[in-house]
Amino acid sequence: MTEQDGQEELEAQFEQWRQYVLRRRELQPFDADELEDHLRGSVDELVAAGLSPDEAFLVAVKRMGSLDELSREFAREHSERLWKQLVLTADTGSPVADTRSRRDLWAMVSCAAGAVASVKVPALFGLNFEDDSSFYARNFTLFALPWLAAFLAWRRKARRSVIAILVALFALGAVAANAYPLADKSQSVVVTSIHLPIALWLVVGLAYIADDWRSFRRRMDFIRFTGEWFIYLVLMALGGGVLSAFLFNTFKAIGIVPEEFISHWLLPCGATAAVVVAGWLVEAKQSVVENIAPVLTRLFTPLFTAALFAFLVAVVWTSHGIDVEREALILFDLLLVVVLGLLLYSLSARDPLAPPGPFDKLQLALVVSALAIDVLVLLEITGRITDEYGSTPNRAAALGENVILLVNLAWSAWLLLTFIRRRTLFTALERWQTGYLPVYAAWAWIVVLVFPPLFSYI
Amino acid sequence: MKVAKDLVAASATPMVLGILAESESYGYAILRRINELSGGELDWTEGLLYPLLHRLERLGYVESSWQSVTGERKRKYYRITDKGLAELAEQRRQWDTVVDALKEIWHDRVPLTVNPLEGLA
Repeated sequence: MTEQDGQEELEAQFEQWRQYVLRRRELQPFDADELEDHLRGSVDELVAAGLSPDEAFLVAVKRMGSLDELSREFAREHSERLWKQLVLTADTGSPVADTRSRRDLWAMVSCAAGAVASVKVPALFGLNFEDDSSFYARNFTLFALPWLAAFLAWRRKARRSVIAILVALFALGAVAANAYPLADKSQSVVVTSIHLPIALWLVVGLAYIADDWRSFRRRMDFIRFTGEWFIYLVLMALGGGVLSAFLFNTFKAIGIVPEEFISHWLLPCGATAAVVVAGWLVEAKQSVVENIAPVLTRLFTPLFTAALFAFLVAVVWTSHGIDVEREALILFDLLLVVVLGLLLYSLSARDPLAPPGPFDKLQLALVVSALAIDVLVLLEITGRITDEYGSTPNRAAALGENVILLVNLAWSAWLLLTFIRRRTLFTALERWQTGYLPVYAAWAWIVVLVFPPLFSYI
Repeated sequence: MKVAKDLVAASATPMVLGILAESESYGYAILRRINELSGGELDWTEGLLYPLLHRLERLGYVESSWQSVTGERKRKYYRITDKGLAELAEQRRQWDTVVDALKEIWHDRVPLTVNPLEGLA
C-alpha cells in the first residue's frame, strides 16, 4: 500500500466517522468540525510516533471514548438541541440542502404572494366582501388552493401533462363555481361552497402525488400531509386571531378603529397565504415536529368509542327514536367523517407489519358503533325519503355522502375484523382507504357540476 | 494513582482558564497541556473538555474563532476574555484558600502510609 492510498483511506474513514457523529442530534456540524480536528491531531501524533495511518485512526477513535458518553456530556451543556428547532431555513450544514431549502422558501413566498394577490384582484372589479359575500364563499378556495398546488407541483417537478391536468381541473372548478345562474340565497350555492373545496383539495392531492400517481404509499403520504397541513393551519389561525385582537384593541385605544383593514386585508390575505405557508411548513418540516395527527387520534379514539357506545346504549335503553330533523343528517355525516378521520390517522402512523393489538380492536369497536348509529339514522330516513328527503340538493348531497362513508366504513370494519383474526394483512386496509380517495373526488365533482342543473338551480 | 473524577471536574474551569491565560489555544492542545502538566495523572476526556469550553464561551469567559490550518482543515481557537481573567483571579483566590487550609492541616506531618500488616497487629 502506497502512502497516497493510505491517506485516501484515512480521509474516507474520517468522512465515515463524521457521518456517524452527525447522526447525533446533540452534536452539530461545527461540533463535528471541532472533534474532527481533535481526532486529526491525535492521529498525526500517533503517526509521528510510528503507527500506520489506519492503526493511528483506530487508536485515536478508541481514545476519544464512546460517542454515547460524549453526546451525553454535550447534551448537558446544550439541552436546547434536544428540542428540534423550527427555523425558517433548516440549518443542515450541507450546502446542497441549504440552497434547496432556500429555493423552497422563495417558491413558497412567491406562491403565497400570488394567493394574496388573487384574493384581492376581484376588488379591482368592484366586488367586495360585504355585498358579494356569496361570490367569495364560492370562490375562496379557488384563490388559495391553485397556489398551493403550484408550489407542490413545482417541488415535485411535475411533468407538463400533469400540470395541464391540474390547470384544467382548477379551470373546471372556476366554471362550476361561477357559470351557473345561482341565486345568492339558493341552497345550491351553499352545497357548491361546501363541495368545491373538497374537490379542489383532491386536485391539490394530484399535485402532491405528481411524481407517482398510482402508488398507494404516496396517497397515504397525501393523507398524512392533509392532517398535518390542517393542524398547522389551525395553529396559524389561532395566532392570526390573537394578532387581530391586539391590532384592533390597541388601535381602538388611540381612537382609530382598524375594522376595515382587518376584515378586508388582514383576514382574507392572511388566510389565503396561510394555506400556502402551511403546505410549505409540512413539506419543509416533516421531521421537525412529531406528526401530531396520529397522536391526537390515539388520544381521542377511546373517548369517541366510549361516547358512541354510550349513545347507542341510551338509544336502546330509552327506545327513543332518533329525531331526524333538517340538520340531523349532516350531523351524522360529520360524525362518520370524524370516525373516518380517526381511522385514517391511526392507519397513517401504524407500522403495517406489526401484529394486531388492542388498539385495533378498539378501532373496530369505534367503527362498528358508528355504523350502528348510522344505520339507525338511515332507517329513520328511508320512511320519508320519497316525500321529504332527496328533493333538495342539500338533502341529496347529505344522503349521498352518508352512503359513501357507510360503504367505506363497512368495508373497513370487515377488513379490520379479518386483520384482527389474522386472515388478511394490514396493507389491505391501507390500500382500501387510499383506493377510495377517487370516490370522494368523483362525488364532490358530481355535486358541484351536476347538482345545480339537476335541481334546476334552487 | 488517578485523580478522582469529582476533583477533576472541580478543578476543570480554573485549569482551562489558566492555560488560556498563557496564550490562545485549541481543544487538542489544551488536553495535551493538561496531560503534560499533571504527568498524565489527570484523566480528562473530550466529553469533559468541549462542553466545558462551550459553557465558558456562553458565560463570556472565553471567545472563539475558526482559523484554517493546512489545507481545508479548520480549527477552533479559544482566547480568554477580560471577564475570564477576572473569573480566573477569583477562582484562584478560592483555590489558594483551600490549598492553604489543607497545607495547614497537613503541616509537619509525615506523609500518611498505610501498612496493612500493622493494622492487623
